[in-house]
Amino acid sequence: MLSDITLGQYLPGRSLIHRMDPRVKLALTFAFIVFLFVASNFQGLALMVALMLVVLCLSGVPVSQYFKSLKAILFIVLFTAALNLFYGSGRRVWGWKFMQITDGGIGNAIFISVRIVCLILFSSVLTFTTSPTQLTDAMERIMKPLQVLHVKVHEIAMMMTIALRFVPTLLEETDRIMSAQKARGADMESGGLRQRVKSLIPVLIPLFVSSFRRAYDLAMAMECRCYHGGEGRTRMKQLHMTGLDAAAVAVAAVFCAGVVLCAALFPASLH
Amino acid sequence: MDKSYLSAENVSYAYPAREDEESFEVLHGVDLGIKKGEFVALLGHNGSGKSTLAKHFNALLLPAGGKVYVDGLDTMDESLKLEIRRRVGLVLQNPDNQLVASVVEEDVAFGPENLGVPPPEIRRRVDDALRAVGMYDYRLNAPYKLSGGQKQRVAIAGIIAMQPDCIVLDEPTAMLDPRGRTEVLDTIHSLNRGKGITIVLITHYMDEAVGADRVVVMDDGRILTQGTPREVFSQVRLLKAHQLDVPQATELVWRLRREGFDLPECALDTAECVAALEKLLPRPQKI
Repeated sequence: MLSDITLGQYLPGRSLIHRMDPRVKLALTFAFIVFLFVASNFQGLALMVALMLVVLCLSGVPVSQYFKSLKAILFIVLFTAALNLFYGSGRRVWGWKFMQITDGGIGNAIFISVRIVCLILFSSVLTFTTSPTQLTDAMERIMKPLQVLHVKVHEIAMMMTIALRFVPTLLEETDRIMSAQKARGADMESGGLRQRVKSLIPVLIPLFVSSFRRAYDLAMAMECRCYHGGEGRTRMKQLHMTGLDAAAVAVAAVFCAGVVLCAALFPASLH
Repeated sequence: MDKSYLSAENVSYAYPAREDEESFEVLHGVDLGIKKGEFVALLGHNGSGKSTLAKHFNALLLPAGGKVYVDGLDTMDESLKLEIRRRVGLVLQNPDNQLVASVVEEDVAFGPENLGVPPPEIRRRVDDALRAVGMYDYRLNAPYKLSGGQKQRVAIAGIIAMQPDCIVLDEPTAMLDPRGRTEVLDTIHSLNRGKGITIVLITHYMDEAVGADRVVVMDDGRILTQGTPREVFSQVRLLKAHQLDVPQATELVWRLRREGFDLPECALDTAECVAALEKLLPRPQKI
């Protein structure tokens, strides 16, 4: 049960989006999220949705995967939509005692729902098409300028790499400890929530102890392999930006400019 | 003794005292020289100080008394630490805990990356190292999907990619199944023969020591005896007195000899044992 967990949500492929430089992907995803909030009217939002549909098609990831990631946030979308429905101003459409729905409220609900869905889909494209290693690598390189501010960029990236590496190992270990405790008569399936949380303690303590032992071993192994921080370190895999990345940046820039233009030309749709 | 590649001179070491314990001396004046290209097996049971000695060979531990030299470099010199670790790689017991990256080839690249090797050269070294341990086809796999023996071979490749002169292996087979053990041992032997890499194999499996050029037996922080496998394992009485085993074949021949059978003094492996017993037993009659 625990062993078939896939790391991250990466789906290997050779699509245009897969082949982009992870740094560019990361930066563009961030930019899209910012511009989703810059878009203040339906015209601007329509541009973002159009861009999103193009990216989704280019990613070559099955649509069902995207629906899966949307399913996870369905509740949040419905919840915010419902809240916004009742908190708008404008012409009264429906009312009962102190509650009322206005046309402004309906507009807000739709606008915000679309915004959240776009947000999730954009970030899904990133995680679906970029391997965790590429992602940490890209983060390290993008954050490099922060070193001037004494941010330990290399250390953070190293920690992420190691964490990713040990997720399956620790899951396996948890599985093993649970079996061991069950074999000694531990009951983990029955009882109320309180009881069940309590029954996890005999699993967590050995897991912690063994993690520390692993950490000690790993530190020693890293020392044996001449690890001495990020200084003077080279990387086997170099990241290269290609014409593809330039094109992607150009397309993104056009759409983002469009969003700004829409914001200036048309009145805001949020009430 | 001629020039040694690794040499320990009168090394003593004590683990620092903890709260309610006294400091604990594990090495008492060890002298050992290992020549370039040699295959040395370091034997001893738990607590004999063999792992502690191993960690002295790449400056993970520094001697409290005496000196350790690697290729003439003094391990006490802090500025030589990286040089020493590049020359002497250490492979640990638990294969899971020494792999850093989530892709095999990236893990192998970790050492050369730390050394600041240029990227195209790293690529070449990684491919070479993976071929040398027979794991090239698995270069894009995730380590957790490999078997124990395969993981340990990847760990060895990670060391080879640094192009060391010597590899010290601290009980590399202790957590493996018999098949994994054979894989790892074959790999080590082929590296020793093919690339001339000096090997120090620490183990408590006597059978693994038989293939070595020299066997060093440690007990209670001292070297008990050393010599060729034949010289060492013919001292069955001495080894037994220190609760150490001998290879099964050696044990069988020794016991029969003690009962008065006319057998050679020492048999190291099954083939020798069979040859010795064949002479003793009457040929089966053909029916």
